[in-house]
Amino acid sequence: MFRRIKENIYKWLFTILAFSSLIFLTAITIILFKEGLPIFKDLSLFKFIFGREWYPTYDPPDFGIFPLIVASFWVTIGALFICVPCGIGSALYIHELAGKRQKSILKPLIEILAGVPSIIYGFFGMVVVAPSLQRVFNLPVGLCAFTGSLMLGIMATPTVCSIAEDALSYVPRSFREASLALGANRWQTLMKIVVPAAGSGISTAIILGMSRAVGETMTVLMVTGGAAVIPHSFFQPVRPMTASIAAEMGEAAIGSSHYHALFAIGMLLFIITLGFNIVAELLSRRFRLRLGLSR
Amino acid sequence: MNKMKIVILAAALLSIIVAVRPASAGSGSITIKGSTTVLPIAQRTAEEFMDKNSAINISVQGGGSSVGIASIIDETTDIGDASRPIKDKELARAVSNGASPKANVVAMDGIAVIVNPSNNITAMTKQQIKDIYTGNMSSWADVGSNSGKIVIVGRDSASGTFEAFTEKALNKQKTRPDALLQASNQAVAQVVGSAPGAIGYIGLGYITNKVKPVTVNGIECTKVNVLSGKYPLARPLFMYTNGAPSGAVKEYLDFILSAEGQKLVEEEGFVGLK
Repeated sequence: MFRRIKENIYKWLFTILAFSSLIFLTAITIILFKEGLPIFKDLSLFKFIFGREWYPTYDPPDFGIFPLIVASFWVTIGALFICVPCGIGSALYIHELAGKRQKSILKPLIEILAGVPSIIYGFFGMVVVAPSLQRVFNLPVGLCAFTGSLMLGIMATPTVCSIAEDALSYVPRSFREASLALGANRWQTLMKIVVPAAGSGISTAIILGMSRAVGETMTVLMVTGGAAVIPHSFFQPVRPMTASIAAEMGEAAIGSSHYHALFAIGMLLFIITLGFNIVAELLSRRFRLRLGLSR
Repeated sequence: MNKMKIVILAAALLSIIVAVRPASAGSGSITIKGSTTVLPIAQRTAEEFMDKNSAINISVQGGGSSVGIASIIDETTDIGDASRPIKDKELARAVSNGASPKANVVAMDGIAVIVNPSNNITAMTKQQIKDIYTGNMSSWADVGSNSGKIVIVGRDSASGTFEAFTEKALNKQKTRPDALLQASNQAVAQVVGSAPGAIGYIGLGYITNKVKPVTVNGIECTKVNVLSGKYPLARPLFMYTNGAPSGAVKEYLDFILSAEGQKLVEEEGFVGLK
């Protein structure tokens, strides 16, 4: 009798805990939209998204976030060029070539890389990477989209690597054995059997890496320069959406249109990352089905 | 991935909660509202003051100079912070509302124009600075220096320093959009210190030996020149009260103006009045 009650209490306690993240998510979404939507009373959605000038504190202010959106995507795409080869390359190496000992060193190391706080990346980028790039490429200033891409690429590598590695390890042994039995060599087996079989899992890894790069804030705030212009080269300073929110939210008057505009940027970011996560989820479902794994 | 966003949102949420928290009325509590430039002074001195006088509770909020002065006119705050003097229009509204705003200067703010130490320029005019920041000049050759293309660095458009610089140096004209807007005075100094062609502006208290301040219209940015009003990019910072300060408010303002309070002002990067 007493045990039953105790069991029930535990059950409810854990149910509440399990749903708590849902509560947080709902609250965040509600606040985000409640504070973000009022900006569209003074400004059309089109003008907000495609406006080319971001002068939030002038009179009259300009709330065009097109340069910020372009900056975010530019930096993210640049990061993909680094995190995809590095992440997938290291996943393939760890999974296919590394011996037990190497694997036991490499995997934890990559996970440590994932655990480094983003402000450390930012500081490192600002104090070490940017000045060196400035010297190497003879740039007027080292804080630019390229530096941002480089740092984000390094930061997203562990995400891509560990998810891709998981995807590779889900490929059933029988696939590999069948391929080898038919006379394919290791390279052929890897490229023609294992990678295609893990393909949607690897795509999931890339998309989650992208979603990490788009949402990253502190690092881009510190290393991308912060100029709200549409860049026409990788070596120009840019101002991604997250950096704008982080830099300006503290000093925007509560309830002002600037404040609402920043929340509206947050809304847009939320929708973008939500989109990425939905695509990633769909892909990974397909992947499981294809390999005959349940779910 | 989403962690940082959540942190920011949480911070934003928290700031809403803090902001809408009703100001507790009655003796022994002070409400301060207004300029974000004065905010660090208000926060820092309020903390120290409350440590010393546990009976007095001070709540500090931002909102901008206009909010500070409007709150004094509407009598919804005890102290209204402002980084500019009251406008005639506001004064007229105050009079018709029966309020009598009184300006109390608590500190001076001097904005130094800085360049990279490798730059051979030592003096600039206000006009040159304006031309550079608004986009009329883009090469150091136009100002008689050999540091190549000018890299323009500034503070974020929401900051008080940006606002003051725009008003004092640019006559309220827009900074060119490709300027590198940084989130803190230290970040501006860091960028200017590492890019040979950079120009930037920071609060007087943030000058380091990694950057070189230039004279503006021939006047050096020093404490003395800021205090005397000779330096062109300087301004007083106000805490407005309704009528002459009295009671807890007077005690608090006296504390800011005391040697100890002024030391805190300087620690926040402003120029003390003594």
